[in-house]
Amino acid sequence: MTDKPSFFDEMYGFGETARAPYSAYSSWFNQEDVARLRKKSEQAEAFFRLTGITFNVYGVEEATERLIPFDLVPRIITGREWGILEKGIEQRVRAINSFLHDIYHRQEIVRAGRIPVEMIARNDAFLPQMIGVAPPGNIYTHITGTDLVRTGEDEFYVLEDNARTPSGVSYMLENRETMLHMFPELFSQINVRGVSQYPRSLRRSLSSCRPSICDGPPTLAVLTPGIHNSAYYEHAFLADQMGVELVEGHDLRVVDGRVAMRTTRGYKPIDVLYRRVDDDFLDPMTFNPDSVLGVPGIMDVYRAGGITIANAPGTGIADDKAIYSYMPEIVEFYTGEQPILKNVPTWRCSEPDAFKYVLEHLEELVVKEVHGSGGYGMLVGPAASKKEIADFRAKLETKPGNYIAQPTLSLSTVPILTKAGLAPRHVDLRPFALASPGGVEIIPGGLTRVALKKGSLVVNSSQGGGTKDTWVLED
Amino acid sequence: MLGKTAGGIFWMLRYMERSENTARMIDAGLRISLTRSSAADSEWSSILQATGVASQYFAQHDKIDGQKVINFLLRDQTNDGSVMANVEWARTNARMVRTALTKEVWEAVNECWMVLKSQLSKPVKQQDLPEILSSIRQRTAYVRGSLHGSMVRNDIYDFARMGTFFERADNAARVLDVKYYILLPSIMHVGTVSDNVQWETILRATSSVRAYQSLHDGEFDPRKIARFLILDKRLPRSLAFCYHKIQANLAYLAEDYGERRECHKMVDQICHKFDHSTIDQIFEYGLHEFVTDFLSESHALGRQIERDYRFYE
Amino acid sequence: MHLKISHTTSYHYDTPVPYALQQLRLRPKSRPEQNVISWDVTVDGGQRQVSFEDEHANRVDLISFDAGVETIVITCEGEVEVTDNNGVVGKHTGFTPLWLFNRTTKLTKPGTGLRALMSDFKKPEGDLAMLHAMSDHILEKVPYSKEQTSSMLTVEQALAAGHGVCQDHAHIFISAVRQMGYPARYVSGYLMMDGTVEQNASHAWAEAYVDGLGWVGFDVSNGQSPDARYVRVATGLDYSQAAPTSGMRFGDGPESMRVTLVVEQQQ
Repeated sequence: MTDKPSFFDEMYGFGETARAPYSAYSSWFNQEDVARLRKKSEQAEAFFRLTGITFNVYGVEEATERLIPFDLVPRIITGREWGILEKGIEQRVRAINSFLHDIYHRQEIVRAGRIPVEMIARNDAFLPQMIGVAPPGNIYTHITGTDLVRTGEDEFYVLEDNARTPSGVSYMLENRETMLHMFPELFSQINVRGVSQYPRSLRRSLSSCRPSICDGPPTLAVLTPGIHNSAYYEHAFLADQMGVELVEGHDLRVVDGRVAMRTTRGYKPIDVLYRRVDDDFLDPMTFNPDSVLGVPGIMDVYRAGGITIANAPGTGIADDKAIYSYMPEIVEFYTGEQPILKNVPTWRCSEPDAFKYVLEHLEELVVKEVHGSGGYGMLVGPAASKKEIADFRAKLETKPGNYIAQPTLSLSTVPILTKAGLAPRHVDLRPFALASPGGVEIIPGGLTRVALKKGSLVVNSSQGGGTKDTWVLED
Repeated sequence: MLGKTAGGIFWMLRYMERSENTARMIDAGLRISLTRSSAADSEWSSILQATGVASQYFAQHDKIDGQKVINFLLRDQTNDGSVMANVEWARTNARMVRTALTKEVWEAVNECWMVLKSQLSKPVKQQDLPEILSSIRQRTAYVRGSLHGSMVRNDIYDFARMGTFFERADNAARVLDVKYYILLPSIMHVGTVSDNVQWETILRATSSVRAYQSLHDGEFDPRKIARFLILDKRLPRSLAFCYHKIQANLAYLAEDYGERRECHKMVDQICHKFDHSTIDQIFEYGLHEFVTDFLSESHALGRQIERDYRFYE
Repeated sequence: MHLKISHTTSYHYDTPVPYALQQLRLRPKSRPEQNVISWDVTVDGGQRQVSFEDEHANRVDLISFDAGVETIVITCEGEVEVTDNNGVVGKHTGFTPLWLFNRTTKLTKPGTGLRALMSDFKKPEGDLAMLHAMSDHILEKVPYSKEQTSSMLTVEQALAAGHGVCQDHAHIFISAVRQMGYPARYVSGYLMMDGTVEQNASHAWAEAYVDGLGWVGFDVSNGQSPDARYVRVATGLDYSQAAPTSGMRFGDGPESMRVTLVVEQQQ
């Protein structure tokens, strides 16, 4: 292990010997032949290719289907650690749903002066069409993907609450399948909590949010933008695993006051639509009129109570990076509790003092676009060249309100398998939480993204990140 | 099931079958060019016509050149009817209907695509052709086999089967349409070499040489060839065989859905013709006319199935 | 005043329409100054799919056209009792925050034309006096013209044209008073014009929010605030959110629309 000791390594801590949660894995690993593991790694890749677990890269003309590299060293979390994360995520998800309900109704939190009105008024993710709408079961974020990072033994931070249409859950499931397939012996030695129940849990959870108009077993469907979407594999995978139809906008129509899908037997109404199409494209009559991906009239049916849309339209207001900085207040306001999970300290460049500080410390900070995603349009100060910083400063000065800044966290590392054996790389974690009137269920595991480049802190798959299987141990 | 899914799986199997048929035709052309080089050019030309890409070929090339035809049919990017293009289309449809397929079927299609994509990434040399043709045959057979072995026998399967038989009948009919004149009695010169070559092409292009020979004492006879390809229900590539399969699959759908639709009447009419025509009647009516009628009725049935089962809005 | 209204909108298409949806905002609601005694909306050639309340508390009907129709007729008939309240609609209700009414929309986006209009406006003291003065100022700069423009104009386009219909006046007013910080909205409805029962189109005016009074209506085209001859039907940030009909259809054959409107006083 050669790395700056300033980073916490989840396998070795700050030292040379494996931490307790990794001890069983470590002794297994030490008896393994690296060449054999490398071969396994190639097999895994062939398996992913055959299964078609690929994603499309935007802006790249040819070879549009790519694999997200998979690293076969698992990321291991103890049951105790998971317990804290679970409670923290649950608390956050509850708070987010209360927040969304409030924002689209009386906006008590604004009236109480806990959030400046501009945060809502000047936010494109706030959808006036959702005002006064009560989604079935009062659930807005049926699925939340909470991005977490770790900096030490007991130090976890929430980086982002993905409340729109979080993706990546298929990797959580397929990575586990692959590991089970490749290393059955590991799973008989180490007690890892299962994740394969996710599609069933999702189906149950979505079903329990069916609209009141539905009085039998609900009909569910997954709405995809189509086979050219970067996450199409996942859409097909989830529909397949839940045993429901995978539909596109042109399969759907408003029929007899419901949104119905065109089947070989005629139109069949849908009760719950798990949509993987962004708000803006959902309904050309209500949102972007040029959208051909959506369903004309679906928002009308929704507002009339004829369908459940998951996640609800307008949830983006809760995962906006500027709103993020208010999450501690939001959690406290709606739950009356102190946040269990920490927020990363955030400077809002819209505030003059904060902006001044950010400009003076660009070399140390991570600066992100408020509405950006996927690691695009962000500056990682410590990794950037002088020119990159200067260019970014110019951008920042034209529209400070578009940016927030955070300190560069000492993200934990987990080893990956390289030609020379294990080498530490930075990781994050996205567990998936399902919300329904019955409560919040968090699948023990998640998507661990890993920056494959040495020293890199960018884990996004669109920028060379890979994934790992995430193990939550049965303590 | 979704109407779109029915359409997607129908076309997925049509494209798979089409790529396989094109490979068979290349095989037939190759065989003739190796054994009777004097006849090769006109046979390649027939093959281009039967696959419906002759005009596209001549937009690129001035004259027939066996090697160029082969590459054009296998992989040329300007040919949207090439084997590679068909496999690509089949896979695109498979991705679209992924949730209607078993993992086995999807992987068979995906692997077919991966293998051919790599094998056809560069121009094909003559020495590599046998291996590539056999890999097309194997990969497509693997798709068919996994479909057969892993899919539930429901409406999804019915649409898949119909796609296969539609394309197969269509292919046989197009071969007959291009070559009908050499089967006509008026220009028959019994026993001449050239005629035998062309008859052989017809049988090879439909992979029926051995079957024909074993059932007809090895004697080539144009009337028997025509009867065999049109009416013989023992031959899995004859029009009659394919149409009875389509009829059977439509009947399963009617039973499953508890309802007969317009397409059921149409398929019954087509099958009635096969059941009640002799080859002499067909020749009397005109072989060319018969085949032309068939192609248009078949096309109309395809459109009717699309409407009856809502492939499109 | 007891008004009887009969409003028919018919669309004709040269080629049959395979599929189309329309949102209708054609249902007036009872409120302190207007009592809806009866109201029916019927659609000939289409089906009502759903009905809901939008963020402006408009009652919206979503209708679909029957496949292959060439003509569709939407008829509203009813009776409304209206009392004159000097244009005062009253306090803001519902969940929609007032700040939303300060938002700029595509149709009301201010530009050089609006800035010019505002620069030579002499601002009197007091909210109401100021708003009335602004209404008069707009009518003076952009006189009413019966000449219907075929498409909906933006504020800047209407100012450039130099004359306008009621929609244009409402938009200019909304845009101008929002610039001065007043929340403002567009209203579509009916007006019984004196001396005639046949109206050529439904009417539009604007409302501004005044502290203390709440929402107050201003009909720029007629230089007054709505009285007992006005029936308020739908509101929105601009025309597009309050339009009597709006929608989408497949197929692109030409369309023609005809409106007949009768508003008469019942004795």
